[in-house]
Amino acid sequence: MRHTISILVENKFGVLARISGLFSGRGYNIESLSVAPTLDATSSRMTIVTRGDDAIVEQITKQLNKLIDVIKVIDFTSEDYIEREIVMVKVNAEPTNRAEILRMAEIFRGKVVDVSSKTYTIEVTGAAGKVKAFIEMIKPLGIIELTRSGKIAMSRGRKTLG
Amino acid sequence: MEITGAEIFVKSLLKLKVDLIFGYPGGVVLPLYDALFQSMKPKHILVRHEQGAVHMADGYARSSGKVGVALVTSGPGATNTVTGIATAYMDSIPIVVFTGQVLTALIGNDAFQEADIIGITRPCVKHSFLVRDVNDLARTIAEAFYIASTGKQGPVLVDLPKDVVTNKAKFEFPEKISLRSYKPTTSGHIKQIDKLADAIAASKKPVLYVGGGVISSNASDELRKLARATSTPVTQTLMGLGSMPSSDRLSLGMLGMHGTYRANMAVTNCDLLIALGARFDDRVTGKLDEFAVNAKIAHVDVDPTSISKNIKCDIPVVGDLKDILKKLNASVKTRKVNWKSKSKDWLAQIEEWKLANKLEYKKKKSVIKPQFIVEEIDRITKGDAIYTTEVGQNQMWAAQYLELSKPRTFLTSGGLGTMGYGFPAAIGAQAAFPDKVVIDIAGDGSIQMNIQELGTAVQYRLPVIVVILNNGFLGMVRQWQQLFYERRYAYSCIEFQPDFVKLAESYSALGFRVTKPEDFAPILEKAIKARRTTIIDCQVDREENVYPMVPAGAPINKMLLA
Repeated sequence: MRHTISILVENKFGVLARISGLFSGRGYNIESLSVAPTLDATSSRMTIVTRGDDAIVEQITKQLNKLIDVIKVIDFTSEDYIEREIVMVKVNAEPTNRAEILRMAEIFRGKVVDVSSKTYTIEVTGAAGKVKAFIEMIKPLGIIELTRSGKIAMSRGRKTLG
Repeated sequence: MEITGAEIFVKSLLKLKVDLIFGYPGGVVLPLYDALFQSMKPKHILVRHEQGAVHMADGYARSSGKVGVALVTSGPGATNTVTGIATAYMDSIPIVVFTGQVLTALIGNDAFQEADIIGITRPCVKHSFLVRDVNDLARTIAEAFYIASTGKQGPVLVDLPKDVVTNKAKFEFPEKISLRSYKPTTSGHIKQIDKLADAIAASKKPVLYVGGGVISSNASDELRKLARATSTPVTQTLMGLGSMPSSDRLSLGMLGMHGTYRANMAVTNCDLLIALGARFDDRVTGKLDEFAVNAKIAHVDVDPTSISKNIKCDIPVVGDLKDILKKLNASVKTRKVNWKSKSKDWLAQIEEWKLANKLEYKKKKSVIKPQFIVEEIDRITKGDAIYTTEVGQNQMWAAQYLELSKPRTFLTSGGLGTMGYGFPAAIGAQAAFPDKVVIDIAGDGSIQMNIQELGTAVQYRLPVIVVILNNGFLGMVRQWQQLFYERRYAYSCIEFQPDFVKLAESYSALGFRVTKPEDFAPILEKAIKARRTTIIDCQVDREENVYPMVPAGAPINKMLLA
């Protein structure tokens, strides 16, 4: 089963290597990872999407907590949470499909962030499912390049990671 | 007043009451060595190879309970420590390893003797630090010792670039360490402890399964109290040996691959298995699906990741064993149970298993049996010594035939299984306890992996006694080849050996060769009296095997008994 885990870490030298090393060394997989400092510049927040049965995910969260630089770990899977990804897609913009591209962007509440004589670059944010659906829809129109962020996530309501 | 990083290093170690460092100098650590030399404290032991330094720090830590310290230079000095660090990591031994590093400005430039030792050791340290600013040095050293010695203990590496130790700063040593991201659980949850006490009271066939955690938290007395108060038999892992006297009627001996028949049968048939500071290692459990299948599993450990890792646990208790066992003993006391009569049938059953198969070997007059040597060491030292082992047959015979009665007297590489560990570990233990008898039970293969430390032992007058069970084979490898590879002894025969007696003599150590069983005891006695570094080369039966043995992957009640 897929799990979304957020990790609050000390913003120190080598922390990312410790976390990714833990995953590779113990044979856990990382489907996506995103990391950036929080409001407090001494800590960073990572969101990792991983896969595994309950026993494996329990080990992952325990092993993460065991790392000295990890402050807090949340597995969102059993919680009510919001998730977002962002994708930028550079599409082949021919006179025949320009209108269709813009219509797709509009349906997915995307934005055109760059235009050239031959291309449109569209940005779409949303939950993983929406981003995936957008990519599927735009694919037949001719994707030249695509870059997609890892997932970020947050609990609904008052609950925070720290 | 500002002082150099090197002076801060020395002052910090003295603040932490470090009395001994095992190390080897080199280019970038010259400032540190100069400061150590001028201060004359802590004492420094010059090793012959950096791996030896780390094993010595490890042996010092295991025998004394204090943090062991090693100091090496950058590059090859640092990479040579890796096996020692991994050994300490697998067995949760508190050591701090200081490595030199090239100038901060040169890091990443492939400078002379540069190695990314933080990267290389990342998977086998509890934590590591690269100090980038001399102002952080004292605090980082304090944190390193704190992390190494608390919670689940382990090795911490501190990488010190040359400019950090030559730059100057004010010496401010933190009196107390508090880290927001590291708060090890110490006291156990009382509800879980009571639940465990209930389970012990309700069980008919309980077994205590004790690992190295009981030794590292100094909880042997509490364990003995619990076992005796509740009449619960105790089996120990290799790492747990010494926590309960082998001679105690409740002791089942070691369990697992080379465990005793009664220990493995008791674990297989118990209805409550109480793991204390043990981690259900594959050498203990054998085939997982058939391990203690009828038992409720209770697990007390300071490390939450050990719980339900291999075997699903019914009663987890996280925290320091000493604290938890104290509370458990108090909780058990309030139960109205006639413990003696409750355990009568179970102990009788265990006695039957004990009689059905004892640890034994065919004694012979003409040839020296390796087990006999271990028994003789035990008889002569009467448990009043520190024993270390190498890895393989020597290690298993030592574990089986020494009647250990005290914690921190049996030092062995359990998790990593590091050949070459025993001799430097013995030197470290001897340095911690100069007056004790320290004996390394070795094989002829393992001893050659760190034999160069003879120089260290002799130079510092450390009277370690190395007893080589010399069978001319990598014995455990040969045993597996005999049993599982149709006697094809692929490259496990050591066809050439040095003359160990002359080798010892060339180092100004004592050397003896034993070819007849009756000669061993007088030679060992002589060596103990001599108080000099000694090698006793015992020519033992070449193809003796370690039994019982559970083949890899089999359930532990399916033992090869002879």
